[in-house]
Amino acid sequence: MQIQEQNSTGNAIDLMINMGPQHPSTHGVFRIVIWVDGERIVKAVPHIGYLHRGSEKLCEGELYSQIITLFDRMDYVGNLNSELVFVLAVEKLMSLEVPDRANYIRVILCELNRIASHMLFYGVYGLDVGAMTPVLYGFRERERIQALFENVTGARMMHNYFRVGGVKEELPDDFAARMKELVEDLKKGIDECDSLLSQNEMFLARTKGIGQISGEDAIDFGVSGPMLRASGVAEDIRVTEPYSIYDRFEFGIPVGKYGDCWDRYYVRVEEMRQSILIIEQAMAQMESGPIMADIRRIARPPKGEVYVRTESPRGDLGVFLVSDGSDKPYRVKVRAPSFANLQALQHLLRDSYIADAVVILGSIDIILGEVDR
Amino acid sequence: MSLELIIYLLLGALGLFVFLSVMVLAQTWVERKTLARIQMRMGPMVVGFHGTLQPIADALKLLSKEDLLPSWADRRVYWLAPLAVFLPAFLLWVTIPLAHDLVLSNLELGLFYIVSISVLSVMGLVMAGWGSANKYAILGGLRAAGQLISYEIPFIMAILGVAMLTQSLNLREIVAAQTTFANVLWQPLGLFLFFTAGLAELGRTPFDIHHAESEVIGGPFIEYSGAHWSVFFLAEYINTFTIAALTVLLFFGGWNWPTIPFDGALGSALSAVWFLAKTYAVIIGIFWIRGTYPRLRIDQLMSFGWKMLVPLSFVNIVLTAVVLFYGFPMWVLTIVSLIVLGGVFYIIARNPGTNLERHTVKVYSASSLRSGSVVMTGGTSDQTSGAD
Repeated sequence: MQIQEQNSTGNAIDLMINMGPQHPSTHGVFRIVIWVDGERIVKAVPHIGYLHRGSEKLCEGELYSQIITLFDRMDYVGNLNSELVFVLAVEKLMSLEVPDRANYIRVILCELNRIASHMLFYGVYGLDVGAMTPVLYGFRERERIQALFENVTGARMMHNYFRVGGVKEELPDDFAARMKELVEDLKKGIDECDSLLSQNEMFLARTKGIGQISGEDAIDFGVSGPMLRASGVAEDIRVTEPYSIYDRFEFGIPVGKYGDCWDRYYVRVEEMRQSILIIEQAMAQMESGPIMADIRRIARPPKGEVYVRTESPRGDLGVFLVSDGSDKPYRVKVRAPSFANLQALQHLLRDSYIADAVVILGSIDIILGEVDR
Repeated sequence: MSLELIIYLLLGALGLFVFLSVMVLAQTWVERKTLARIQMRMGPMVVGFHGTLQPIADALKLLSKEDLLPSWADRRVYWLAPLAVFLPAFLLWVTIPLAHDLVLSNLELGLFYIVSISVLSVMGLVMAGWGSANKYAILGGLRAAGQLISYEIPFIMAILGVAMLTQSLNLREIVAAQTTFANVLWQPLGLFLFFTAGLAELGRTPFDIHHAESEVIGGPFIEYSGAHWSVFFLAEYINTFTIAALTVLLFFGGWNWPTIPFDGALGSALSAVWFLAKTYAVIIGIFWIRGTYPRLRIDQLMSFGWKMLVPLSFVNIVLTAVVLFYGFPMWVLTIVSLIVLGGVFYIIARNPGTNLERHTVKVYSASSLRSGSVVMTGGTSDQTSGAD
């Protein structure tokens, strides 16, 4: 056994444990080195970078239309939300007016993607706390959404469906009917998932009061999205800084009270219900029309720079885009919410148990593809 | 020792081994199908009719895999650990009867033998943890030691209640005493204690802390593979079978209640079937719990054991003793036990020890937020941890 440090009392010896990058509950290739005194964590040092692919640099060598595929692979669970932020940035740089129908299609698909992402979180979180059943119920709902995505975009995950100025294709003919069925199924499914885990006595015991972070601390750490809202800060970019057409919908922002694991979990469950509301309104408001703005095939934004932020399933997803007037960007910088949320991990892990470390890490809902880019 | 005795012992051991192996194989199939049913899946369907041959395929796969030895492992301890876990599990069945005359050796102190042998398996888990020279294995082994030793007390105490009722430690006599009424009628509290402590002894959900997949990645078994791992697996499932069988024997009347109305070989065979049917019903209950509940944390497990189960087990014994000593009618015991049990469930459900707020997420409408930007609603107060 490797002996690293003495604990505070000086007579016992801490055990260093290397958790990850191949640990089953580090959600990919995250690695955290923890020093434990018995079961209690004394010190935790996270290491990232195992999934670094240099996406931002790669963007500099690709045409604007090709970069969308790279963005698909950053947040590989919320692909469409990831595509959206880049497309919005280029459109803002070009001062492009996107047709209404394209906007509605984008919003509907993005909100569906948010539900799919939260469903994945729901299932995996169940596994993290040791319940093996929720994951299958969560995946059932996610599967329904992915079947629809396949129908619309042709791919289950890496869609490459949004375009600068609109979307790739018109929706399939039976979209409205399928959507209606899907929304009904999802409503039932979300309620079922909620009743399966949320109020379970042992789940409460495992998540209530674990990994608390106050609103001020969360803001200081740059935490955003459901994690920030769980800490009692009602901040949602869809509302506070509306982009696309989000100012046309009426929906709710779930806000937690204590910023513990349960709040972070339940904010996401509640958010799925609110996404359904947005989808229903968007389906009702959507009219037929063009789906693509009238632009040239190869986009050449004017020289300049732009920053766009959106609310991805994980939080404040921003893109800083610098153009030199050519058909390739000069610089693309992504502000990934998972990366910022992960910064709070060390703060959250203080004085917790090893078993809690898994629960806390799970509640941050990181996507390593986005953290390391 | 005469030759006949040796042959009898060898045949008995072989028969027991074959019987237990078949039971374990059947159990894995039942477990997969039960979990699949809970999780809207089909479970194994390919090998044999509805996957009935899947356990055999699994066993063959495990036996044909490479046996790995970690380079830093403590060899002797590492190879001995599976045996140290398996032997106690196996030895327990020497005295567990399937029917009135279907038992290898009916010991007069059967229950005493069972509780004393069952404790031994802890040692094997700690040995596996130490021998693997893996930090997760060490953690798992120590978790197992803490967990199993603390749950041994309520486990034994719950058995004691039954022994007091029957005035015997002989399993055959305990079953014979339940011909008209099963012990569960007088000992509902004892059943709760025995079953809960039994789950913890097994390391089954929600007490599967020592081999928690998401925390210590299999705990003591992390480094084992192939045949040695399958020995652990075998021991674990034999233990599950043992706990279920003991639950049936002690609380649900074994092969009695209702008694099989036949004599001779037919009676024995039907008794064994009836007993196994009851046992599998309990096993399915265990699997149901596995498919339903999350896992507790080690400190919550300990406080649940020491603050809840241990005192309750003493209460159970005192209640039984008082009723027996003063010769009160037995239904008094039933009612008092049920009241205590109701109180326990109330305490678990309401969590009065903590100021646990159940619904802490509020939904603000978008229009109310559009006027202002960032609204702080709280997040500074402390929620105490929900223990127990």
